[in-house]
Amino acid sequence: MVGAGIVGASCAYVLTRAGVRVTVVDRGGVASGTTGAGEGNILVSDKEPGPELELALRSNELWRELDEECGGFEWEPKGGLVVAETPEVLDALTAFADTQRRHTRPAGADPGRPENVPPASVQVAAVPVAAENLRGFEPHLADGLAGGVHYPQDAQVQPMLAAARLLKASGARLVRTAVERFLVSGDRVTGVRTGQGDLYADAVVNAAGTWAGSFPQAPLPIRPRKGFILVTQPFAVPPVRHKVYTAAYVTNVASDAEGLETSGVIESTRAGTVLIGASRQRVGYDTAIDYPVLAKLARQAIGLFPVLGDRQVMRAYAGLRPYSPDHLPVIGPDHRLGNLFHACGHEGAGIGLAPATAEMVAAQLTGRPPRVDPAPFAPGRFA
Amino acid sequence: MSYDLAVIGAGPAGLTAARVAAKRGLRVALLDAYATTGGQFLRGTAQPRLTGVDVLLGQRVWAVEKSAGAFLVHASTTVTAATLLVATGAHDRVIPFPGWDLPGVLTAGGAQALVKGERIRPGEEMVVAGTGPFLLPVAVTLLDAGVRVKEVLEANRPSPRMAAALARIPSKATEALGYARRLAEARVPYRTGHAVVAAHGEDSVEGVTVAKLTADWKPYAWRTVDCDTVAVGYGFTPQADLPLQLGCAFSGDHVVTDDRQRTSVEGVLAAGEVTGVAGAPSAVVEGALAVHALVGEPPPRLLAEKARLRRFARALELSYPVRDGWRDWLTPDTVVCRCEEVTLRAIDEARDLGAHDPRTLKLLARPGMGWCQGRMCGHAVARLTGHEPAPQKRPFAQPITLADLTLHDREDNA
Ligand SMILES: Cc1cc2nc3c(=O)[nH]c(=O)nc-3n(C[C@H](O)[C@H](O)[C@H](O)COP(=O)(O)OP(=O)(O)OC[C@H]3O[C@@H](n4cnc5c(N)ncnc54)[C@H](O)[C@@H]3O)c2cc1C
Ligand SMILES: Cc1cc2nc3c(=O)[nH]c(=O)nc-3n(C[C@H](O)[C@H](O)[C@H](O)COP(=O)(O)OP(=O)(O)OC[C@H]3O[C@@H](n4cnc5c(N)ncnc54)[C@H](O)[C@@H]3O)c2cc1C
Repeated sequence: MVGAGIVGASCAYVLTRAGVRVTVVDRGGVASGTTGAGEGNILVSDKEPGPELELALRSNELWRELDEECGGFEWEPKGGLVVAETPEVLDALTAFADTQRRHTRPAGADPGRPENVPPASVQVAAVPVAAENLRGFEPHLADGLAGGVHYPQDAQVQPMLAAARLLKASGARLVRTAVERFLVSGDRVTGVRTGQGDLYADAVVNAAGTWAGSFPQAPLPIRPRKGFILVTQPFAVPPVRHKVYTAAYVTNVASDAEGLETSGVIESTRAGTVLIGASRQRVGYDTAIDYPVLAKLARQAIGLFPVLGDRQVMRAYAGLRPYSPDHLPVIGPDHRLGNLFHACGHEGAGIGLAPATAEMVAAQLTGRPPRVDPAPFAPGRFA
Repeated sequence: MSYDLAVIGAGPAGLTAARVAAKRGLRVALLDAYATTGGQFLRGTAQPRLTGVDVLLGQRVWAVEKSAGAFLVHASTTVTAATLLVATGAHDRVIPFPGWDLPGVLTAGGAQALVKGERIRPGEEMVVAGTGPFLLPVAVTLLDAGVRVKEVLEANRPSPRMAAALARIPSKATEALGYARRLAEARVPYRTGHAVVAAHGEDSVEGVTVAKLTADWKPYAWRTVDCDTVAVGYGFTPQADLPLQLGCAFSGDHVVTDDRQRTSVEGVLAAGEVTGVAGAPSAVVEGALAVHALVGEPPPRLLAEKARLRRFARALELSYPVRDGWRDWLTPDTVVCRCEEVTLRAIDEARDLGAHDPRTLKLLARPGMGWCQGRMCGHAVARLTGHEPAPQKRPFAQPITLADLTLHDREDNA
């Protein structure tokens, strides 16, 4: 397993449970990549109907199970509230929510489920909220919003703790060193060359996140998309209860724009701080602080929650989301080298999508039928 | 208005630089977070008038940006300058011990600032503990303020290197003797190889446990001392957030400069404790030298003086290190990060989860995530994971309100 971010840790957890012996290699240790520089939103609300929503719905179920089985990572099924500033945006949001609600997992996508067990939450729950009811959800919301949609399935974890707990619970060995390249024999991968020597394995999983595309023997078109988060002072009672964001986010996520996009997603953490994120920007592997971008995030946050205005910001950090050309993760067997599997490219949703990704990789690796159709995520699609 | 030079920090280094630069005809702004000039050492003493300098007090500089050939110094106001001098000094280094989160435990620098800056007597009966010669002036300041100082405890053993260094700088030796005499007159014992290893009390400090220390600071031979306040200081850490933001080169915890105080970043100068802890006279010399990065040649006399004081500083650093035995003072319940109330137990759990370095420890257990952003617990957290303490990047050198931050959206201002 190359990578000890949320994806590598989840894969290690599921694979060891399936009886596979796993060694995880990470040059920085657990959560030292993007997993340690983002937020922990587990969202279905921002996904348009399609393969990613399916993966998200399955992941949502799995996160609940992981909380019971493993736990210790601040799982909060707090729900999301998407708000619209204008009636026009509200119309678009409501229409979007309708399409999400109508999306159901295709029949037969759940092969492991016995006949008599009903499918779990295979549909998106999305409840329109009229303007006058918004404050029932969020007492401190700004005046003048047109309305919103409540998504009760949206949840939150502390991603670094989640990665560390899953890795620990897996019992997999963690080796802290860089993987220099894959070891290849003919058209098969036999292991990895690391800073501490060669490691041989029957299979290799590439969960190297934003850096996953750069192995010369099996390159992938994965690139960084930078994001900033602002962290406020801790509150005794944080003024934000759900994950709250504007509908503008829905249009940004799938966007191809090169330039800067910001749309506030605001939530509180168990430590009492409020997290304000996130920007999206394509500026290569640079994580330098950019104060004008932080200023925009601050303005949007105050726009939604005016009470935040006189609160202090303590920290800011930047992370690099791994994105692929079609903004879908890259999951499955490599199309060039046998015994190599990819699990990367989750962009701004890797925390949310990690468990279902792990389940898919484990099924493929152990030759079992996957629960979610893997075809749209196949690494060969860019070839 | 754009300045030739913006000086951040009005301690001995910044004050000197601002005065000399103004005399040389430069347009100078001097900013300090505090309401008065003087910095750590001169605060509360009579300050000479600065003519030709725009003195901007109560300005907490939270970030510095380079933009179009000039520096933007962001505080409540934004100052633009062609050259920047960072003279932000140092803050106390502390190490945790059981009970250090009780009211009544202060840093040595904090206790001194209360007396000098606020004219407040920190306690009635105090113990001063830690390491380094700065414990002596702190104890004397407290005595002068009418505090009953019961003991001064130096964790390190007397150092021949320090004695030799003192012998080479008579003014320092005289100063040290003066402090020693004052302590002796007041019958305050000064004990080397001792430390406060625990503080006790219900709601605030009522007493401390004092222990003898082995050479690497493992405690033995404990006794208790009644007191209502403790001042602890284990040396200083340069306050180097701004040079770190700007990408200046560092050596260990301090900014690297050349003989005219130039950092590795063009247009950024640094003087005083940010370049390494060396005391107030050294800060003054460096402040004067910094101006010569802009005008004239540095006088050889100043260069020689700087070299001499730096050698002394080096002897200080080597003679008063923080040794790792303090870890034996802790119990699982000891709070290591006061802001986030992270105990040693929580830290050990995070290490068990795979946190082998300070950053991962912070991500998993939160030490250093709170108000002080690791300024207090940084040393301890680094050593608990077996790492050398390293400067941490802080995008906000000081907290700022979200409303103030919105003012920096340049597209809005354009
Ligand atoms: C600002 C921001 C906010 C975000 N918010 C959310 C959110 O709310 N919800 C959500 O679901 N997602 C969010 N994300 C996205 C999420 O963080 C990522 O999708 C996810 O962390 C990716 O996980 P990963 O395990 O694939 O990658 P990483 O966590 O980056 O892990 C990859 C690991 O591989 C290691 N590695 C790479 N190359 C090598 C090599 N050659 N040798 C050895 N090791 C190597 C790295 O050290 C790293 O630890 C956010 C991202 C950002 C930047
Ligand atoms: C407890 C104690 C006792 C000491 N005793 C002695 C002694 O007896 N003899 C001796 O020679 N030296 C002594 N010193 C050391 C002496 O204080 C320093 O050497 C000297 O003050 C260093 O000067 P400086 O100009 O570098 O920094 P400082 O005097 O520390 O001044 C730095 C200034 O920068 C300001 N500042 C910092 N960050 C910001 C920011 N982000 N925005 C705006 N302003 C900022 C601070 O408010 C401060 O006023 C002692 C120090 C301490 C703490």
